[in-house]
Amino acid sequence: MSDMNQAMVEKYRSSFLKEVEANVEEGHWVKMCMQCGVCSGSCPLGPHWEHPPQEIFMMIRAGKREDVLSSSSMWMCTSCYNCIARCPRGLPITHIMHGLATYAKRLGLQPKNQPTAKFSQLFWNNLTKTGRVNELKLGLALYFMNGIGPGIKTALKMQDVGLGMLKTGRLNPLEILGGHSIKDKSGLQKMLKKAFEIEEAQIKDYKG
Amino acid sequence: MADMKIGAYICQGCGIGDRVDTAQLASVAKREGKAAVAREHEFLCNAEGVKMIQDDIANEGVNHVVIAACSRRAKTEAFSFDGVCISRANLREGVIWVRPDTDEARETTQEMADDYVRMACAETKYQKMPEASGEQGLTRHLLVVGGGISGMTAALEAAKTGYKVDLVEKTGQLGGVAGEMYKKYPDKAPYNVLADNTTGAMVEAVNANGNITVHLNTSVTKTDGAPGRFTVSLATESGASKDVTVGAIIQATGFTPYDMSKLPELGGGKSPDVMDQLAFEKMVKANGGAIKKADGSEAKNVVFVQCAGQRSEQPGHLPYCSGHCCMTSIKQARYVKEAGGDATVIFDDLRTPGADGEDVYRGGQEAGVTFSKGKVSAVEAAGKGLKVNYNDRILAEDTSIDADIVVLATGMVPNSGPNPYVKLDLEMAEKDGNAELVEKLKAEVEKAPPSILNLMYRQGTDVPHLKHGFTDSHFICFPYETRRTGIYTAGPVRRPMDAHQAIEDATGATLKAIQACENAAIGRAAHPRSGDLSFPSFRKEGCTQCKRCTVECPFGAINEDDKGYPQYNEARCRRCGTCMGACPVRVISFENYSVETVGQQLKAVDMPDEFSEKPRLLVLACENDAYPALDMAGMTRQEYSAYARIIPVRCLGSVNTIWITDALNSGYDGVMLMGCQKGDNYQCHFVKGSEIAHIRMSKIDDTLTQLNLEKERVQTYEVSIADIQRIPQIINDMEKLIGEIGMSPFKF
Repeated sequence: MSDMNQAMVEKYRSSFLKEVEANVEEGHWVKMCMQCGVCSGSCPLGPHWEHPPQEIFMMIRAGKREDVLSSSSMWMCTSCYNCIARCPRGLPITHIMHGLATYAKRLGLQPKNQPTAKFSQLFWNNLTKTGRVNELKLGLALYFMNGIGPGIKTALKMQDVGLGMLKTGRLNPLEILGGHSIKDKSGLQKMLKKAFEIEEAQIKDYKG
Repeated sequence: MADMKIGAYICQGCGIGDRVDTAQLASVAKREGKAAVAREHEFLCNAEGVKMIQDDIANEGVNHVVIAACSRRAKTEAFSFDGVCISRANLREGVIWVRPDTDEARETTQEMADDYVRMACAETKYQKMPEASGEQGLTRHLLVVGGGISGMTAALEAAKTGYKVDLVEKTGQLGGVAGEMYKKYPDKAPYNVLADNTTGAMVEAVNANGNITVHLNTSVTKTDGAPGRFTVSLATESGASKDVTVGAIIQATGFTPYDMSKLPELGGGKSPDVMDQLAFEKMVKANGGAIKKADGSEAKNVVFVQCAGQRSEQPGHLPYCSGHCCMTSIKQARYVKEAGGDATVIFDDLRTPGADGEDVYRGGQEAGVTFSKGKVSAVEAAGKGLKVNYNDRILAEDTSIDADIVVLATGMVPNSGPNPYVKLDLEMAEKDGNAELVEKLKAEVEKAPPSILNLMYRQGTDVPHLKHGFTDSHFICFPYETRRTGIYTAGPVRRPMDAHQAIEDATGATLKAIQACENAAIGRAAHPRSGDLSFPSFRKEGCTQCKRCTVECPFGAINEDDKGYPQYNEARCRRCGTCMGACPVRVISFENYSVETVGQQLKAVDMPDEFSEKPRLLVLACENDAYPALDMAGMTRQEYSAYARIIPVRCLGSVNTIWITDALNSGYDGVMLMGCQKGDNYQCHFVKGSEIAHIRMSKIDDTLTQLNLEKERVQTYEVSIADIQRIPQIINDMEKLIGEIGMSPFKF
């Protein structure tokens, strides 16, 4: 258990709902859910979720902290926004799902080997390095996410697409050498660091 | 009227002139209908056509007017002539609009029109102008029974119109349940906050109002008379009594919370910290907003259990939803949040109707009240507090929550008087010697609460119930009219409701009560025949004192004198004619609606012989739903059999079996009775009329057997106003059936 997770458990011992309200993006909306289940019924991936949104909200209110934060459910969200469009109470459900995922990740509770979680990390690392997404590297990193063997298999399967993109100039092979970056790379990284610090401080100082 | 002069007016407009031979209709009216004057007009409802009729009334002495044009439901303003009897032949909706415009159909269409003209002439021949009974009295004075929010609203609303009010309250203070509230949810936007209880100000307004006389610690010991002239005896606890004369009565006797000691599994009566909503409200009010346990310590966790002993089919529970409890629990949960505690509402279905209800719910959520969908199985003691065991319906698991106080949202039990029909049924059962039923009803009578109004009516002391003790009224069309004319119930005694609804309800009831007073003063009926001046009378020489009319009247309007003769009360009567339908010796009639006015119509129809292949179907259609539906069938050009002859009746309850016998004897091949839905979810505008008619018709089989006729020839239907396609269909089905079983042998 991470130190921060420990600290949060201590801080919000009585109410996971309050913890969510304080630390999760749009978390203050969770109490407004009226359990109609329209979100769960509208989710195209709903049947594959361990706990559909309606249930996640109820679990938060029932204080099931571990179950919620270590769930793979919110990582399954594809941001189709069907639930937001349909929620009669106007809950920003997609945002809450992403907020919960981010929070779980920050506490180190996200399920191990959750592909979306893994890819998100790859994307983040790729992006923040140069300030621009290096598509060639991101693509390759994705192919080899699960090891060398499956990576080669996927790469071979995708070679026609890759060659086609090369031919039409949609993919620059020289990007493998590091690729282009934004002008002020270190400035961006400083900015991100500061933003992280501010967020951290907000969480620490929140008085729910 | 000594010298009757019939004027028949045949319209050619709306295509009638193109489709039927109006000259022939005029000659039918003259020759067969004995009309002194018969005129055709190309546009009868325009100014010129109406003037033609008016001139004949003024100059020719026409005093019975037959309008052969559109349905009696159309153009009522144009065809309204004072001081003459009017009958209508429905040539538009009833003939040309339901028949195809083809050469083959022309003959039967004309026959249909001819018959309707004959029928209208026959009807008017037996009509008289209704005359006032002389019983009328104008008393601009109301009695309101019950000093809660409904009763006070009624008193204030009536007082505003200048009416005098006697407000009777059983206890020593006004305010009722609403007066016990700590706070209320607001009666105007924004609804997501709590508002102060304003009942106190209302009590002051009532006390200060010069038109309102408040009687505390008082009950009603006797109510006699009729709308416009009720005499009511009031008695105080100290024994003093007083008589008042009032025009109408509003009963706003409210409700009692369901007895939670019947819910021991939910801790009802077992722990002082398990309470119903009213007790919680009183506790918070007494503590000025602090939430305290019975031992005086502060309560931090309060759990609200919704639907406690209600919406449940378990014996002894209330099967219905009391409507207000979800909103009340949300309000009370906010008291807890305001006091710094935690509140959880465990609900099965949270019901907060209306836009305001939704905001109340949202307000509760915004305030941080936790809502859990679940079913509570038990409330038990746990250490110093309580534990609520429940099944979480979202997470599908059994779980529990600790609580300092548990509030049970129990339902509303109406404070109505005894249901008068239990006693009457008991009398019947005793007469029939049905021992089992007698036992059952006796037990019910013993359980019954004391009477509230002590009516001196043949049919018992109080307003009849529908279900679960709530007073009966026609929920769809005239929700305030109880089954005792001039007596209106308002508030939770009528149906479960919250204070806002009760205020609205009481305002509506007051309006109806005032209408009842004003109507009674000029002899006009209440809904649904509002404005009707006719009322039943009977020929005493013919009466056999069988008491069917006094027993069957759905409104308890008819009393009996010492010898068992009926005493009609014009102001109590709704003019449905159920008494007329009941009378085995046919001595009851209205001036303009009688055994004759209908009986002569059905006899006036031209009856083709057995070999003509032209059957005749008599349709007696309730004027409230079936007849409008038939009109609408015409408007939407649904076709039905040209052999049907439709006679509107006030209510199926007014159908006297002699009409059926007469119809069969005069050669009709089929008789169809169309009334409204009966039973607990009745739509019958006279509550019991349709039901009574169905019972009577179930006994018609004997008559048919005697006549050696097939039972299928007489059918009774429940129809609704929306059955626009179905009604033509059942008429056509009947025609087909007659084709199968053959024509009646009784044709001459």
